[in-house]
Amino acid sequence: MTALTMSARLGNDTDLRPVPWRRMAWVTWRQHRFALAGVAGLLGVLAAYLVFTGLPMHHAYAAVAACRPASSLACGNATGDFDNAHWSTAEAIAVLLQVVPALIGAFAVAPILARELETGTFRYAWTQGMGRTRWTLAKLVPLAVTVAAAAGAFSVLFYWYFKPFVDQGLQTRLPPLAPLVFDLHGVAFAAWTLAACSIGALAGMLIRRVVPAIAATMAAWAGLALSAGLFLRQHYLTPLVAHNPNLPGSAWIISSWYTGRDGKPLSQAAVSQFLQGYHPAAKQVGPNSFQTNLDPVGYITQHGYKFWVTYQPGSRFWPFQWIEGGYLLGLSVLLLAATIWLVRHRAA
Amino acid sequence: MTNVIEADHLGKHYRGTWALRECTLAIPAGHVAALVGPNGAGKTTLLNLAVGLAAPSAGAVTVLGGRTAGSRAALDGIAFVAQDTPVYQNLSAKDLLHLTRNLNRHFDTGYARGRLGELGIPLKRKAGKLSGGQQAQLALTLALGRRPRLLVLDEPLANLDPVARHDFMATVMAAVAADGVSVLLSSHVLAELERVADYLILLSQGQVQLAGKAGDLLASHHMVGLEELALAYLRKTLEVAK
Repeated sequence: MTALTMSARLGNDTDLRPVPWRRMAWVTWRQHRFALAGVAGLLGVLAAYLVFTGLPMHHAYAAVAACRPASSLACGNATGDFDNAHWSTAEAIAVLLQVVPALIGAFAVAPILARELETGTFRYAWTQGMGRTRWTLAKLVPLAVTVAAAAGAFSVLFYWYFKPFVDQGLQTRLPPLAPLVFDLHGVAFAAWTLAACSIGALAGMLIRRVVPAIAATMAAWAGLALSAGLFLRQHYLTPLVAHNPNLPGSAWIISSWYTGRDGKPLSQAAVSQFLQGYHPAAKQVGPNSFQTNLDPVGYITQHGYKFWVTYQPGSRFWPFQWIEGGYLLGLSVLLLAATIWLVRHRAA
Repeated sequence: MTNVIEADHLGKHYRGTWALRECTLAIPAGHVAALVGPNGAGKTTLLNLAVGLAAPSAGAVTVLGGRTAGSRAALDGIAFVAQDTPVYQNLSAKDLLHLTRNLNRHFDTGYARGRLGELGIPLKRKAGKLSGGQQAQLALTLALGRRPRLLVLDEPLANLDPVARHDFMATVMAAVAADGVSVLLSSHVLAELERVADYLILLSQGQVQLAGKAGDLLASHHMVGLEELALAYLRKTLEVAK
């Protein structure tokens, strides 16, 4: 080998062992332990609240579920009482939990790169022997995976907590695919947390300032979560169509409408006008009690109109979880790859 | 003798304007090289390219005898102290030593601790609580503890008081005397560097105006001081620009 090829080969790194990954473990822990403690604290407080309110609730639920005969008036009242006592708290918690992934991504992950760039310390960190690609990977990947795993564990607890309200045993409150609970169950909560982290990482690298990066992470996450819940999720698989208004409680109803004799959809006004002619007869069922069987759909369909309902059956819960988890994982990998690309090419 | 920095038609542009263009130079090892020029001349851009923080828009730059700037081998042998000596404000000097040790293949903890002891910088104190001069010394100690072959300093004296400037340069010169580390430092105040620099690169309007050993430059231009020489060249380039 000549001296010339020797010096040309100095430019590539094969002859030099990189600084081992494990050295970054201390760096990541030392610099981000407060962010991790914050995430642990937030999830810990919420978990404690779920356990402390969930245990008495499940106790009450067990009594209601054991009530026999289930169709009796007493059992119906017990179910109603349980619902009145616990539903509003459970609903409020589910609403509150919606923003947890965004909080984690915005406050624990977005500042990691943004603070380096804002304060100029990246000029120190990215000129050390570790190299900036390894430095960035060794910070972002373990942090994102750790908080996503913690979120996944938390969602198992939430599944237990919320079970009475998606259970078939009682009067069903929510189908498992409903927007309020779907993203807190299964793999979705962890996947949304991971997505929020990767949005935060990219926002920090692009915006290079802590506070705007936090705000942008929240905004981008909210946009993605709202479009998934309101527009995308209902199309993961083609909705089923039925003409029967009495679908099981686990079905997530997407839309319903009537068509007239000519097969064209009827407007809401036309349906209301038609229903003014509906006078259900009251039937005497006891000495002083009357029962009216309200069945407007039956009335309308008897007159040559057709009822349509599109829905996603409850049995699609897991396919939908894997679809949503899958594309969020893909999106997270893409966003992290984009962040690494920017670190390599747009440092200074 | 290898070159610590070699630039070949090196250029960098940011949003349409060239911060540095057609820069060709070779800085041999074993010097304290001063990169001087007015504000906006492209000094920081050239240093960022040399340490691998920025990628060239044109041409190429290699360091330490042919290593690609920013490559693992290059990072291993170069220590960089950026302008305003950024260090993590919430970490103690001790944590910063441990951090730098973990981020590099080699770190001389004994040297670094001894140096901080001599300077009277408490190991337990957070960097943010140190004075500007102490923070600069801390950043320099972290860089020298890596035992680099090339030390790159961007405007190291800009925000220091006269005593801190003197002490800072004393630390640099002690390292030069002890390990023979090559130094490249930028400044817009040449008077500060007159005593220490033995190699000069004069940068103006994104281009190298003059480069060479201080003694040779002074002899060929019949000048007695680097400051006088630099001023004469800067005046000339300003007149050409008009």
